[in-house]
Amino acid sequence: MAETQKNKSNRSGLPYLHKSNSGISGLDEITGGGLPTGRPTLLCGEAGSGKTLMSVEFIVRGALEYNEPGVFMAFEEKAEELAMNVASLGFDLQKLQQDKKIRVDHVHIERSEIEETGEYDLDGLFIRLGHAIDSIGAKRVVLDTIENLFSGLSNQNILRAELRRLFHWLKSKGVTAIITAERGEGKLTRQGLEEYVSDCVILLDHRIVNQISTRRLRIVKYRGSVHGTNEYPFLIDEEGISVLPVTSLLLEKEVSMERVSSGIKSLDKMLGGEGFYKGSSILVSGTAGTGKTSIASYFANEACKRKERCIYFAFEESPNQIIRNMKSINIDLKKHVDDGFLLFNASRPTLYGLEMHLVSIYKMIRKFKPSVVILDPITNLITVGSVSEVKAMLIRLIDFLQDEQITVMFTALTLNTVVNEQTDEGVSSLVDSWLYVRDIELDGERNRGMYIMKSRGMNHSNQIREFIITDEGIDLMDLYLGPDGVLTGSARESQQLREKTGEALKNQAANRMDREISRKRKVLEAKISSLTTEFESIEEELNKVYLEETLKKQISDNNKEQILNLRTGQSKKKNDDDAN
Amino acid sequence: MIYNDEELESADSQKNENTATYILRLFITGASPNSVRAMSNIKNICDTYLKDKYQLEVIDVYQQPKMAETEQIIALPMLVIKSAIPERRLIGDMSDKGKVLRGLGLKFNDWEIE
Repeated sequence: MAETQKNKSNRSGLPYLHKSNSGISGLDEITGGGLPTGRPTLLCGEAGSGKTLMSVEFIVRGALEYNEPGVFMAFEEKAEELAMNVASLGFDLQKLQQDKKIRVDHVHIERSEIEETGEYDLDGLFIRLGHAIDSIGAKRVVLDTIENLFSGLSNQNILRAELRRLFHWLKSKGVTAIITAERGEGKLTRQGLEEYVSDCVILLDHRIVNQISTRRLRIVKYRGSVHGTNEYPFLIDEEGISVLPVTSLLLEKEVSMERVSSGIKSLDKMLGGEGFYKGSSILVSGTAGTGKTSIASYFANEACKRKERCIYFAFEESPNQIIRNMKSINIDLKKHVDDGFLLFNASRPTLYGLEMHLVSIYKMIRKFKPSVVILDPITNLITVGSVSEVKAMLIRLIDFLQDEQITVMFTALTLNTVVNEQTDEGVSSLVDSWLYVRDIELDGERNRGMYIMKSRGMNHSNQIREFIITDEGIDLMDLYLGPDGVLTGSARESQQLREKTGEALKNQAANRMDREISRKRKVLEAKISSLTTEFESIEEELNKVYLEETLKKQISDNNKEQILNLRTGQSKKKNDDDAN
Repeated sequence: MIYNDEELESADSQKNENTATYILRLFITGASPNSVRAMSNIKNICDTYLKDKYQLEVIDVYQQPKMAETEQIIALPMLVIKSAIPERRLIGDMSDKGKVLRGLGLKFNDWEIE
């Protein structure tokens, strides 16, 4: 993001505001590249809102990742205490100090030990800070919490004038600074520091709603820069702070033509023959016990078989429970877990607020880089937020996953058997494909039917399929239409048997007819051959007579001629000629 | 404040050694107006009330910036009374004579009578 901004500014040819990456995940995205370089930033919030931690992380990440040494001036905690507190995040302040990457200076100020005897200034602080900065060539400075000066020194006029001077001085030093301050009544800071530090103000907040706490961050102002204006939830865990990245408001996602199999061949066939689009979102909803988790497990199993990574967020069952249950339908998830392709993350929804869930999901996805994510079921999230909140969270999640080209499958429980258009936490309009599994009650039996409610961008079957779970796994039976409509379960089986019987009878009848025909043909053929023989003998008879006649005629003609010759006397001569 | 026995002892002995001797350290910043005033004020006070009973060391923090951290200096000018137990710190240009004297541990009466 910083890069794009740079390019933009370069194009216009105007000088632009430089930003320093804070190294805090998510914060740089909200601020469009980090905190203003060479300027002080005010970080305010209530006690326990994470100010110190965020500023320490700013210093440590700066030193480790951006090669920018930093000075941390602590007005509250001693250097050792601070080192101990952040050791849990894996920050080794001692070592960093030895390496001259950072410098921690604890400022001890106690009103009872100090007597004010006239005019004074804070030159001591300036010199001290200046020395610390120069000694390690610091680029970053944190003053945590400078307001403590107000409790140590009583002359407010001097303090205010000196603080103003301090912030100017920090700017002239060109260090990127964070000044932390306690939140005051009705204003951002108790001592009105926002009047002096006005380049960038970040507000941290820790709110408890319904006994569930959520930390939030808001950028109150950021001069000379666009920034996200929402309240962004953030998480503090063993890796430091992560701010939830921005919900992108633009719908400019890359789309993939690649398809991924659902793991169920017959379902793929229903979905245009190839399965879901890669990076799409799939909702599987249905009533209790219709096999939603099984479908999800199949999908996960298939992804792992393709040697792709998958995270399974389970909100209802423990990983071991799922693994055991899925073994019963011939899916071995344990193997994939051992191979490192499948990651289970099971937590009760009430563990923390929705936003926290989202942040932790983001974090895990960023870390594990899966190509398939499963949330099973999203229905339970409703216990920690209202429908609209859950929807907002899921929109953000889907946005994020689409950006990362991750295919996601949600499962959701529907309580009523009537297909409700507004069902499933209202996400049905967000998802690309929606499978609906429901019970079909017929003849005292409960069977499962699967519908594809929608599947964007592909030719999908409009038929209801019977959905069968056996020891061998899941299968979808082809639609079976009986005289009374769609048949399922044993009704289907019996109808199939009935039809098989009918078929056999029909076959036999046909066979008999065939034999009759062949017999008739044989008789006919016999008759034909006898007639032919008869005809031939008659023909021969007739021929014989005809030949005799011809012969007779020829002989009589010869005789006639001889007689004629004898009479004319030429016959002798003729005979002599003939002899010659 | 609670001290253990050892500390108390050593503190006592130090006090005995330096009876009537004030060890003072004045931190200033170059020749800033406050610093100049503080110097002349403290010299006046010492010469008036602690004649020959004090040692005054003037340190320019600009020259020795490391001192700022080790001595926990924030506001300047600052007078540290090293001989007092516990060490006492006075900040400002020392124009409030009453406070300076009280800080030095001199009784209010002492200077009022004279």
